[in-house]
Amino acid sequence: MKYFYFLGLIVVLSSAFVSSPVTNQSQPIIKASMDRGKIIYLQRCMACHQVDGSGGPRLNPPLDGASTVKGNDKLKLVRIIIKGMTERVEIDGEYYDNNMSANPDLTDTQIADVLNYIRNSWGNKASIVTIAEVKAARTKIK
Amino acid sequence: MFSFVFSSQIQHHMKKMFLIFLLTSISFVSNANDSIKVNITNQVVANADNAGLILPSGFGALIAADNLGRARHIVATKQGGIYVKLERLVGGKGIIYLTDANKDGKMEVETSFGNYIGTGIAIKDNYLYASSNEDVFRYQLNENGKVTNPDNPQRIVKGLWDKRQHASKSIVLDNAGNIYVNIGAPSNSCQEVDRTKGSKGMYPCPILDSAGGIWQFKVDQTDQGYHNGVRYATGLRNVVGLDWNQQQNKLYVTMHGRDMLYTLYPNLFDTTVSAELPSETMYEINKGDDAGWPYVYYDHFQKKKVLSPEYGGDGKKAGGEKAIDPIVAFPAHMAPNALLFYTGDQFPAKYKNGAFVAFHGSWNRSPLPQEGYYVVFIPFENGKPSGQWEVFANGFSGTEVVKNPRDAKHRPCGLTEGPDGSLYVSDDVKGTIYRIVYNAK
Ligand code: HEC
Repeated sequence: MKYFYFLGLIVVLSSAFVSSPVTNQSQPIIKASMDRGKIIYLQRCMACHQVDGSGGPRLNPPLDGASTVKGNDKLKLVRIIIKGMTERVEIDGEYYDNNMSANPDLTDTQIADVLNYIRNSWGNKASIVTIAEVKAARTKIK
Repeated sequence: MFSFVFSSQIQHHMKKMFLIFLLTSISFVSNANDSIKVNITNQVVANADNAGLILPSGFGALIAADNLGRARHIVATKQGGIYVKLERLVGGKGIIYLTDANKDGKMEVETSFGNYIGTGIAIKDNYLYASSNEDVFRYQLNENGKVTNPDNPQRIVKGLWDKRQHASKSIVLDNAGNIYVNIGAPSNSCQEVDRTKGSKGMYPCPILDSAGGIWQFKVDQTDQGYHNGVRYATGLRNVVGLDWNQQQNKLYVTMHGRDMLYTLYPNLFDTTVSAELPSETMYEINKGDDAGWPYVYYDHFQKKKVLSPEYGGDGKKAGGEKAIDPIVAFPAHMAPNALLFYTGDQFPAKYKNGAFVAFHGSWNRSPLPQEGYYVVFIPFENGKPSGQWEVFANGFSGTEVVKNPRDAKHRPCGLTEGPDGSLYVSDDVKGTIYRIVYNAK
């Protein structure tokens, strides 16, 4: 019972954000989130995806310009960050040989921050990812 | 016999631009579209710009072939043809056979075959050997060095681990009927969860039973596998370059060292240390050797094997008492993808029996500039390095500084020595085959 109440709360909270693209109002929020996200990116992601998100041919995919990174499937993005990736999958017409690290220890806020950073850096522009969205996504990831 | 059919201006140009090497009998041909060819038996002419390479004085380079696809390892036949192994199929084929009918140095695709991708390719006694990421095949060569059974090779090894990471199978042969196959560890440092912060190193590392070493098989038996192969050497994370030293009758290998010291252990290493460590290493291998991966890595500043942080190391504690030491330690992450002992007579005496190593170039040095993307030379005497390594051929990347690996226009990946002592280098970005010749008197 408590659990359902909790879930409901998330849905209400997150829907408030989901429908809002990056408006003037959310500008400072995303700026602060991206700044925090950049620090996480430099520590956790840069080695493979490079400072400029360009990746390494056939080893680590570029994040700059990647359709998944800019896309709307936030559940998929949260899953990638938490679980890492070790399967051979096609990414924008190419295959990559490296394994991506899992990040089970990152908090919901940290995941939202790093996603906001990669979704809105270099040539990328995409809607904000909220903490509530990450929280909701996490419950679906086993 | 000379037949000049071009103007004195071009002739002047030619003199300035072209380095001509070892003239025997000459006939110059200038064709309609202004590309000047020199048709000489047993000799070639370097490109005006040495194909973009920076070389020691007296050396020149030309582009033997271009746009082949992802050209990994290469091997020259006694007759001067070259087999190229591709990492991605081109027109459904994974091996290209190049020949140079008119001996002008520009090679043509004679045939292509093999419906599998891969890296390894080698020749021994009239057989061509090639690997996919799981299997090894052999083909019969005829008296011209051409494969006679392109569509039905003998599969001599099957079912090796292909777990995506470090899956390429480099191969080399000895003089006693054996083939050596690298099986790279599909892992950075044998953590429970690969490349993940806070994940422990597994002990003992279970990967070592099936990978992280060199396996020995017979050259002539069908469908060998783990059950009847010999684990010849272990503790080798990922060997891509390997060669059989004929003088010493012994295996030598170059290993890709571990990545991500900073990302995984920011409390112990900063980004600079992580960019400079650990060393990329060259080993002389005796049967049964253990090079220490994943428990240790080599540190060329402290000149010792250091315990890996996944196994309780702190960047200082030594480890691996039973593991062998490298015979050469290079800067970190440069990715030594090919090793070749030079046995030819074309290059000056200092190069004879020395080692060339092709560095594919780093990715794991960010935010510092990347390193590698060149071919180095190490002088050898009696199977041991007799001097410092030096950059031999640079300029493949086409850019002064490689910030990110994507910037590199070409990346050295394979090496082979032609019957005349020319050194060939393959590039797996554009599929260029460079030929390096010595042309000073
Ligand atoms: C050890 C190298 C490595 C690290 C560190 C790493 N990644 Fe990755 N990443 C990869 C690889 C390799 C893939 C592709 C995996 C595959 O094909 O299965 C990938 C895939 C991705 C994708 C999916 C790309 C697409 O277009 O589908 C995203 C998003 C991503 N990484 C983000 C991150 C973020 C954010 C971080 C830091 C928290 C990070 N990665 C850290 C190597 C890494």
